[in-house]
Amino acid sequence: MSNGQASTPPPAAVHAEGVVKRFGPTVALDRVGITVAVGDSHALVGRNGAGKSTLVSVLTGLHAPDAGRVAFLGEPAPAPGDTAAWQARVACVYQKSMVVPDLTVAENLFLNRFERGRIRWSRLRADAARLLAEYGVDVDPATRAADLTVEQGQFVEIARALSFGARFIILDEPTAQLDAAGIERLFTKLRELQQQGVAFLFISHHLQEVYDLCSTVTVYRDARHILTAPVADLGKADLVAAMTGETAQSATTWHARAAVAGNAAEASAEPSDAAVLRAEALALEGAFQPIDFAVRAGEVLGLAGATASGNTALGETLVGLRRATGGRASVDGKDVRPGSVPHALNAGIGYVPEDRHRQGLVLGRSVAENATLTVTDQLGPYGTVLPSRTRAFAQRMIDSLDIKTSGPAQPVSDLSGGNQQKVVIARALARDPRVLVAIRPTAGVDVKSKDALLGVVRGVADRGDAAVIVSDELDDLRVCDRVIALFHGRVIAEFGSGWNDRDLVSAMEGLPAGAGGDKGAEE
Amino acid sequence: MSETTELTPDLAVPGKARAAAPRFQLSRYRDLSLIPVIFVLGVIGFIVSPVFLTSDNLIGVLQQSSELSLLVLAEAMILICGRMDLSLESTIGVAPVIAMWLVLPSSGPATFHGIGLFPTWSSIPVCLAVGLVIGAVNGFLILKLRVNGFIATLGMLTMLRGLQDGVAQGKSIVAVPASFSYLGKTEWMGAPAAVWICLLLFVIGGLALGYLRHGRALYAIGGNTEAARAAGIRVDRITWIVLALGGLIAAFAGVLYAGHYGAISATQGDGWIFQVFAATVIGGVSLNGGRGTLFGALTGVVSLQLVVNVTTLGGVPPLWDKFLYGAIIIVALIISRFASGEKQD
Ligand SMILES: Nc1ncnc2c1ncn2[C@@H]1O[C@H](COP(=O)(O)OP(=O)(O)OP(=O)(O)O)[C@@H](O)[C@H]1O
Ligand SMILES: [Mg+2]
Repeated sequence: MSNGQASTPPPAAVHAEGVVKRFGPTVALDRVGITVAVGDSHALVGRNGAGKSTLVSVLTGLHAPDAGRVAFLGEPAPAPGDTAAWQARVACVYQKSMVVPDLTVAENLFLNRFERGRIRWSRLRADAARLLAEYGVDVDPATRAADLTVEQGQFVEIARALSFGARFIILDEPTAQLDAAGIERLFTKLRELQQQGVAFLFISHHLQEVYDLCSTVTVYRDARHILTAPVADLGKADLVAAMTGETAQSATTWHARAAVAGNAAEASAEPSDAAVLRAEALALEGAFQPIDFAVRAGEVLGLAGATASGNTALGETLVGLRRATGGRASVDGKDVRPGSVPHALNAGIGYVPEDRHRQGLVLGRSVAENATLTVTDQLGPYGTVLPSRTRAFAQRMIDSLDIKTSGPAQPVSDLSGGNQQKVVIARALARDPRVLVAIRPTAGVDVKSKDALLGVVRGVADRGDAAVIVSDELDDLRVCDRVIALFHGRVIAEFGSGWNDRDLVSAMEGLPAGAGGDKGAEE
Repeated sequence: MSETTELTPDLAVPGKARAAAPRFQLSRYRDLSLIPVIFVLGVIGFIVSPVFLTSDNLIGVLQQSSELSLLVLAEAMILICGRMDLSLESTIGVAPVIAMWLVLPSSGPATFHGIGLFPTWSSIPVCLAVGLVIGAVNGFLILKLRVNGFIATLGMLTMLRGLQDGVAQGKSIVAVPASFSYLGKTEWMGAPAAVWICLLLFVIGGLALGYLRHGRALYAIGGNTEAARAAGIRVDRITWIVLALGGLIAAFAGVLYAGHYGAISATQGDGWIFQVFAATVIGGVSLNGGRGTLFGALTGVVSLQLVVNVTTLGGVPPLWDKFLYGAIIIVALIISRFASGEKQD
């Protein structure tokens, strides 16, 4: 299937071969190579833990490979540690956040490349504002980076990397934290740079983006190089097959209708009328207007909306991370004390936070500890936590969610991004929640695991509980029985499960779906 | 909860099972990284002086370490949950002084007069309560007023030292009730009671941190406060309790110290905070929170005290003490870093 190992003539923007990288007993890269031609847009895809980010750290000088060679434009890579030389050759947006939280946005953007002599702050801030404006990000450059939203932070990193003027840029899952409009702005910018002949290595789990942006694709699986081919020659099904190593099946994505049809026989999901989660005039000033909704047993509700829509804030209010300024929420008829996570947890609300690094994981601790953080009261008598039970519990989670790790004791910081996300989901499920509130649950998760994780969320509903998915990703929303779309803190439309992509997308962008008179809008 | 998933456990599961074993043990050994240092110090001590390996000397070292080790115990817990408390070194002095002021009669032959508010037998509980209050005040400053913990406790350090000077009028308090000095003076089973008590407290603390859900929560809080909060841990409450407990333990160290030396010295604990931090950090507790064990911290204290002992026995003039102290901290840090593997950040 592979056709086209570049036949060498002009030196490539980057050429790596025979790269081996081990972390203790884990082989993260096993004699892999990659060649990105000058001006080429090259996609690198693979399942979670395939070694993509590890290759990125090797290509950017963060890790020295155990074996193998890397060359830029035909010259061998700089010595490890010679940061300036690396930066001149390659710029990178890393998968995990590299902003300095306590510095201002402006400082973060120009970190370590201030002009010579004294720093002229007003100039710096003006430059920063201009740079950010190119990406449609409207923040004061004097804000602390820690106060940015997740998406704004991501754009700061992108703007920083792209403005180095490097001729080769690596983007490791830059879109995982962006909404549709943000992705569009990013792509416009990238196409502009493409035209100027800048080469890209682009990593994403959204295969559509690969087809939209890239001309060549390389697939890694289990630390090995599987194939490199022009994107045009490779169908989506073949691509997924190469990633998973399984023969292509009908590439079904979850859809609520299909799921309900399939399960109708066993689970009487649809008709049960008891609301599990109910919000009455729930409001948070500055984020969303009073909203009413109810989620029935067996139902998955989607709260769709772009970043500024307030859907994330709504999710965080439901789980007690923010205190509502009005209205109330109840689970099974009992009020949940506002603003208290322990109460929400005990009321049966499970939570998958938006940003796994900020709110999800204790990075230095083990997988087992992270996965059991919410169930420490169930792991032994009298408030004790027995290591054996913790391990067993975690191992069950690892098996059922297919988390790629060397074992429950591995620090969670050593996992690949997608596998970290699975740990967060494992933890939310650990308490057998009555309602699962998941904010962008599949961020950074590979295609196959994505279906599986959404299946897990669906499963929560199918066993008679309820789930709420807060997201702007259509794939996430597809498993929902009902979708409420928010725009600027207000409900703009509501859809049954038969929505079509265009209506939902335009609703999220603030265009009332009613225009076309489609079904499902505002019952 | 997961029967509903039909996930394939594909991907090299057998290989992983094999890989898990060695890794597991490596992380276990991190706690023990100072053991070789202690062993080397023992050998040096043996070469330097025949006195070193006598039980009198070794018990002396342990007794010397006992009060310091309690401060280290307190500081280690506080550091693990991501905070720091500099005022411990003042608490060890001021808590007993205030307790004496509250229990000693207002007249009599002694040089120090209190107000006799509580009966004499209650001196230890009163002292512990004072420590608890000091810790709670630290917690209030840090958690409710959200002021910077480093500066707040630095202020407390100075203020409490001044309070002690003011109350005791800059003098040592010699006439301490017998009930107060009993624990620091007495011997159980051939060793000072203080040593047994410290050991016991370390064991209790170690078990609590390792096997109690609220103990485990300290690691989550120190490692990532926001994640801990999102997981339903009552971050502020637990942190507050830890800070208050820290004050209480420091006050108890003051009790042992006073009993040990038969008086509450005016400079009790003065300047100890450096040793406390040194011992805690070379014992493997991270200053950034979320990492470390009490056992490691204990080995840190023992190493430091052994160095002092060995150099004294070796006849190094006391004027060189400080130099050696600093040097050994750095060397121990380097050794423990190497022994604990990759973490060289
Ligand atoms: N610092 C580390 N220490 C130990 N193991 C590591 C470390 N970094 C990565 N690994 C392991 O190396 C493998 C490859 O990880 P990598 O982050 O490159 O995956 P990835 O392809 O980027 O996945 P994702 O799509 O989930 O981001 C994983 O099994 C991971 O557990
Ligand atoms: Mg990655």
